[in-house]
Amino acid sequence: MTTQLSNTSSGPDSTASRGTRILGVLALVSMAALALFGLVLSPPDANQGEVVRILYVHVPSATFAYIGCLLTTVGSAMYLWRRSQWWELVAYASAEIATVFTAIVLVTGMIWGRPTWGVYWVWDARLTSTAMLLLLLLGYLAVRRLPADHGVRTRRAAILGLLLVPNVIIVRQSVQWWRTLHQKPTLLANGVGAEIEGLMLFALFVGFIAIGLVFTWLLIHRFRLAWLEDQVDEAGLDVAIAERRAEGAAS
Amino acid sequence: MIDNWGFVAAAWAVVFGGLGGYAIRTIMRGRSLTRQVPPEKRRWS
Repeated sequence: MTTQLSNTSSGPDSTASRGTRILGVLALVSMAALALFGLVLSPPDANQGEVVRILYVHVPSATFAYIGCLLTTVGSAMYLWRRSQWWELVAYASAEIATVFTAIVLVTGMIWGRPTWGVYWVWDARLTSTAMLLLLLLGYLAVRRLPADHGVRTRRAAILGLLLVPNVIIVRQSVQWWRTLHQKPTLLANGVGAEIEGLMLFALFVGFIAIGLVFTWLLIHRFRLAWLEDQVDEAGLDVAIAERRAEGAAS
Repeated sequence: MIDNWGFVAAAWAVVFGGLGGYAIRTIMRGRSLTRQVPPEKRRWS
């Protein structure tokens, strides 16, 4: 049911604000810089050749997928502890963004794997645990959107949200705990710049900045959208209750 | 060595297309829902 509460045009007419517009411009500029450094200025890798350029978007996307999961777990814990709607919305918004980022990580990883390993997919510990993380995130979103009482579904989704960080730890450590085809961590393995340097390290650094700005911009917008969704849901419920009362009074 | 630029282009298209598409969807849905919520409940400006 769509509930029209107000058509007044005073106040913001979207989820954008002055701050998010500035952030959006910065994100676009940094994504352009990422394309310049990642695709043009950085050299091909001695072993991987041009395929290394995929890692300038793959690795930062994975990092911010993990950060999204961390925010969801923290938000879920705070919601269960304090019953804070703000934290619940942080958890929900982060979970959806983490889902998008995790899907991007899986697809870009598969594309990188084909020329590097010769196959798009293997049931390797890193790939399998990342696929499980995506399924868990999809499960969280499905539970959060169930057509049920708001408190029930947010509580159940929050319980699922608590499982995300343990799952991220498994994903992160999978290359250490099991023998996998996926390479071990290289960026921080022996100190920053030990395994990658020069323009390649800089391109990766620009990737972290650019993807980080996009993540932050998306998080703010998605948080506000989640807030609006809750307001519309509550208003719809109020209207339904009022209609039932009117029906009861008339009969 | 094969240059593999096709794989690079595909991966970057997934990232830019995925994030861009998701951003546009979020903005459009925000615009649509904003019209249904009173201004005093939209706390950002």
